[in-house]
Amino acid sequence: MTAAEPRVIFQRPELLSERSSHYCPGCGHGVVHRLLAEVLGELGVASRTIAVAPVGCAVFMYDYLELDFVEAPHGRAPAVATGIRRVRPDAFVLTYQGDGDLAAIGTAEIVHAAARGERITAVFVNNGIYGMTGGQMAPTTLLGQRTTSTPLGREASTAGYPVPMTEMLALLPGTAYAARGSVADPGHIGRVRAMLKRAAEAQLAGEGFAIVEVLSNCPVGWNMTAQESIRHLAEVSRTYPLGVLVDRPKASGRLWPAIQALEASEEAG
Amino acid sequence: MTAVATGPATQPASSATNGPPSPSRTERILMKGNEAIAEAAIQAGCDAYFGYPITPQAELLEWMARRMPEEGRAFVQAESELGAINMALGAGATGARAMVSSSSPGISLMAEGMSYMAGSEVPMVLVNVMRGGPGLGSIQPSQSDYFQATKGHGHGDYHVPVLAPSSIGEAMGLVALAFDLAEQYRTPVMLLVDGIMGQAMEPVELDFTRLPRREFEWALTGAAGRPPRVIKSLNLQPEELERHNQELQAKYREIAARETRWADEQLDDAELVLVAYGTAARVARTAIERARAEGIRAGLLRPITLWPFPSQIVARLAERVRGFLVVELSSGQMVEDVRLAVAGRRPVAFHGRMGGMVPTPHDVTEALRDLDQGARP
Repeated sequence: MTAAEPRVIFQRPELLSERSSHYCPGCGHGVVHRLLAEVLGELGVASRTIAVAPVGCAVFMYDYLELDFVEAPHGRAPAVATGIRRVRPDAFVLTYQGDGDLAAIGTAEIVHAAARGERITAVFVNNGIYGMTGGQMAPTTLLGQRTTSTPLGREASTAGYPVPMTEMLALLPGTAYAARGSVADPGHIGRVRAMLKRAAEAQLAGEGFAIVEVLSNCPVGWNMTAQESIRHLAEVSRTYPLGVLVDRPKASGRLWPAIQALEASEEAG
Repeated sequence: MTAVATGPATQPASSATNGPPSPSRTERILMKGNEAIAEAAIQAGCDAYFGYPITPQAELLEWMARRMPEEGRAFVQAESELGAINMALGAGATGARAMVSSSSPGISLMAEGMSYMAGSEVPMVLVNVMRGGPGLGSIQPSQSDYFQATKGHGHGDYHVPVLAPSSIGEAMGLVALAFDLAEQYRTPVMLLVDGIMGQAMEPVELDFTRLPRREFEWALTGAAGRPPRVIKSLNLQPEELERHNQELQAKYREIAARETRWADEQLDDAELVLVAYGTAARVARTAIERARAEGIRAGLLRPITLWPFPSQIVARLAERVRGFLVVELSSGQMVEDVRLAVAGRRPVAFHGRMGGMVPTPHDVTEALRDLDQGARP
């Protein structure tokens, strides 16, 4: 190959369908879909993947990824995935949920899938809002944030505090891998890609439950331009810090680190 | 005389089976209803069971907890009935034989999943061991979930076949039928029993005839060498969703035409027809014997499928008998279906007890006497 010959350095991943998406201009879901298409393609697991689609903005994701899909009722994707996991030991099982789906109505399902250490890979897209239904408050909505159901801004005294789901899930011994990334810029997007890959590998290695939370933007729901919403992700990540929360080489079944630390301090003291 | 009849035409579902069933072998033992239903599901080839503890069905879950792993099959005690039914949705979507069980309050929580499975046509077997309601109610037997089972359960225009045994042995046979119907028609199927049926012990025959395995062109197995498959109920195009509903309704008409089942006892010369299912049918049987001893010619029509309801046989009987008495462990739910079929041509009386109380043969006999007096020509 000579230097002058054109080379393909960027193209649509095979698993990403050619359909135009219904997502609003500037929405982060498309980025996460693309990353998944890349990672699953790279790992060669697409032909044995059974994915679970949520209720919410990503409800049509089966139109965008060339995978077998089952639609779950609102919040129940981790339970549906559990059913698949238990009868199809060789399948690669993927769930994809938004923050209303996972952090509100589906709290029990995600917590207990993690508690059981279900060998599934959960993708959690957090844009702090119910986008599909018109931008209402989600459990993840920032304090002070205006939504259509917190018109004066989220007030802790009446609407409670943002829920750090991934931190909570990371405490459970069944969780092999938990991380939070963001689609704020190419650097962060690259790190989300690596997190998704690690979360998939955790399933393939039988380590346990794996979750990647992705802070994503919702320009329409946030009443911002696309650029403003991208910049705002820096603010969001002050409530939800980025990074790997837990990466157990093997879901050990041992008590979570804070208790271990407590036990260690008691022994020392 | 007992005759078990089924709808106008029944046909074994054998067209899409793989391999012959294993040779028939039976064993007669004493079993508790809940455990017998569980074991029958295992014999029928149930691949995965998902449950949550609730009285009076807990022994079913416990039996599965021990037996399913022994058979190398899946058992999960879910975080809730919502979790359990959605696990069944996931397992069923892959073509596996999935089963859940619960009792009345838990069945209410499963309504969401049932609606999704009816809409996306995922097979599954659900057992409701009914207790008294509404609300938390009691743990005693009841038939107060008839409306819920036959008229809707979850949201949307759909039905599921509802099978109602009146003995533990019959329940075991109907479990196998439930899995068969579920796969043949791609639908959830409900086995509806009451707390007495769950808790009582009876001699039963364990049938080791395995239900044949089917291959499904819709099952999710991973898109290897074929286009991806999607199992869903969402469709925002009203024209398309109406078409899907029309297809579902056509399927329900087919089920009604082919799968309606009932049993009749002493109806040949009957002037009065007692209509009852499950435990109520057993009480009715005693009352019929007593009434006949007094010269009242009564017989029993026992629906085995509550949906589809054997309306045609009720309508035919209405042409020649003097009256009907419906007995239920409820305030009167199935009686509405009987009245629809009778269509005002004959009197339809009702006797029921509620909240965990069971009608006595004495009271049912008395109700038959009243009907006999009131329905004289």
